[in-house]
Amino acid sequence: MEHVDGNAIAGPLAEFFAFDVTTATGRCVGCGSIAELARAMVYRSGAGTVVRCSTCDTVLATLVESGDRAWIGLRGMSAIEVRRAPSAG
Amino acid sequence: MSFITRGFSGRSRDRDERLPPGQTLVSDFPVLSAGPTPEVDTADWEFTIRTEAGVHRWNWDEFMALKIDDVDTDIHCVTHWSKLGTNWRGVSLDTLFEDVETEQEYVMAHSYGGYTTNVPLDELLDGKAWVAFEFDGEPLDPEHGGPARLLVPHLYFWKSAKWVHGLVMMDQDEPGFWEQNGYHIHGDPWKEERYW
Amino acid sequence: MSDATTSQVTALGAALQSVPRSGWHAATVAAVHRETPNASRLELDVDGWPGNAAGQHLDVRLTAPDGYTATRSYSIASSGSSTRVVLAVDKLPDGEVSPYLVDDVRAGDMLEVHGPLGAFFVWAPAAQTGDRRPVQLIAGGSGVVPLFAMASAHAEADDPTPFRLLYSVRTPDDVYFSEELRGLSDASAPLRLDFVYTRRTPDGWPAPAGRITREALEAAVIPAADRPRVYVCGSTGFVELVADWLVGLGHDPRSVRTERYGGT
Repeated sequence: MEHVDGNAIAGPLAEFFAFDVTTATGRCVGCGSIAELARAMVYRSGAGTVVRCSTCDTVLATLVESGDRAWIGLRGMSAIEVRRAPSAG
Repeated sequence: MSFITRGFSGRSRDRDERLPPGQTLVSDFPVLSAGPTPEVDTADWEFTIRTEAGVHRWNWDEFMALKIDDVDTDIHCVTHWSKLGTNWRGVSLDTLFEDVETEQEYVMAHSYGGYTTNVPLDELLDGKAWVAFEFDGEPLDPEHGGPARLLVPHLYFWKSAKWVHGLVMMDQDEPGFWEQNGYHIHGDPWKEERYW
Repeated sequence: MSDATTSQVTALGAALQSVPRSGWHAATVAAVHRETPNASRLELDVDGWPGNAAGQHLDVRLTAPDGYTATRSYSIASSGSSTRVVLAVDKLPDGEVSPYLVDDVRAGDMLEVHGPLGAFFVWAPAAQTGDRRPVQLIAGGSGVVPLFAMASAHAEADDPTPFRLLYSVRTPDDVYFSEELRGLSDASAPLRLDFVYTRRTPDGWPAPAGRITREALEAAVIPAADRPRVYVCGSTGFVELVADWLVGLGHDPRSVRTERYGGT
C-alpha cells in the first residue's frame, strides 16, 4: 500500500489542534528520531489514517473519522514541540 | 454547513436485504491497510496460539495438513461496504483449538506488521471463524492478507486480521489496534457496532 | 501564563471537547477550463477565504442528494490574499471525486472546501523568511500544481532567490500551465525550466522519451554544493525515487520537502 506525507493530513488534524500541527516536531517512541509530522509516512484507508515514523515505521498517530465524530490517537510520540513565534508564511 | 453538490452521486450504492444496516454492496474488494504490506514467505510463516499453559505452533506445512474447510460467506466492512457470497478456504479455529486447553476467554489476534485485534474466544469457535489462505480459488493476495488471514465474517471485517501470525489468550477483553482508537470493542454489523 | 502557553492549552483543550468543523467554506465554481486532455482547471470563488501561501492545499467535500459525502485533498495553484482560488485536477481512472471535478462540474456549481491547509510544503519570498538559498522544484505529472504556485509567487514578488523547476511529464500535451510556465521561464524571467518527457517528446527533442534517470536528475537540478531548498511533488513512487537520489547526490535530507499524492 502506498503512503503519502504527513502534510496531507493537515485538514483532518485541524479539527483537533488550533494550529497547523503538521509543522510541529514529534519524538518517535520507537527509535527516538525527532521530525516534523509533515515528514511522517501517512497510510490512508477507509478504516482510518495511520501515521508512521519515516525512520522506523513505528505508529506515531491514528485518525478515525466518521460523520460527526473523529478520534485522534497519539500513541507513538513521547512529546510534540510547537514553535511559539510562528515563522513567516 | 453542508449542502448538496449538483450532479455528484459518488460510487453507486445498492440496497439488498442481506445487508446489515448502513451497508452497501460492492463488487470489487477495497483494500484497507494500516501500513506497508508485510511480505511473508510461507517458508518463514508460523502460526501460534499462546495460552496460560504454553504455546502451540504450526509451520506452513503442518498448517496445510490440517482439515481444510470451504467457506461461503458475506463480509461486511465498517466503511459501509459489504460483499455477498464470497468464497474462501481455510482452517477452522475449532480445528486449531482442538488440543488447546485454556481457561482464558478472550483472544488478541496478532499480525505480521504489528496489527492487533481482539475477539472473545466463543466468537471464534463453533464454525464462526477460520484462518483463511485462499480467496475465490486463488492463494490469498498479500494485499488482502496473504499468506493467511483471520476470517470472522459475523463481525466487521477489521476483526478479520490480515497477515495473521498468532493468537494470544487473555483473561480480560482488551482493545486491539483500531479498538483503542475509536472502533467498537465488539463490532457486530447487525447491531451497527462501528465505533465506541 | 504567556499568550503562547495559553493558546497551546486551548489547543489541547479543544481536542477534548466537541469541536465544530472549522475552516470549511462554501465555494462557487467561477470557471472551468480544460487544462490537458486528462485534467481541468477550476477557478473557485471561496466565501471567507483568508488567502493562502504558495504550496498549500485544501480539502474538497462533495455531498450527494442522499447525504453521502466524499472528501479529497487538492493542491492550490494560486497564492496570495485573493478569494479566487485556482485548482488543477487530474482525472484518476478509478476516482470518485476527480472524474466529477474534471468532466461534470460547471460554472455556478457549489462545493465545500476546507483550508488553506499545510504550512510545511510552502514557499514564501526571501523578504519574509530571510532565506536566500536557491530553490529547486521537482514535479512529477500533476505534482506541478503547488510548485507552479511557488514559481508564480516568486515571479510576482520579484524575489531574487534563484528558482529552477524540473518537470517530468508524459507528453507535451500533458503539461499543466503550459503558457504561464513559458512566460515565467522566458529569457528575461526568473525561472529556469527543464522537462523530462516520459512517453512522447516534442519534435527534435534531444533525449528519447523515458522515465527520469539519476543522471538526468543530477544534470537538471541545482547542485548540492549550492545548498538549495528542494520541493518534490508527484506520485508516491516518483517522490520516493527522486528523494532517494537527491540524498545520494549529497542533498541534506532536511532541505528536501516532499509531497506525495496517493490514489483516489
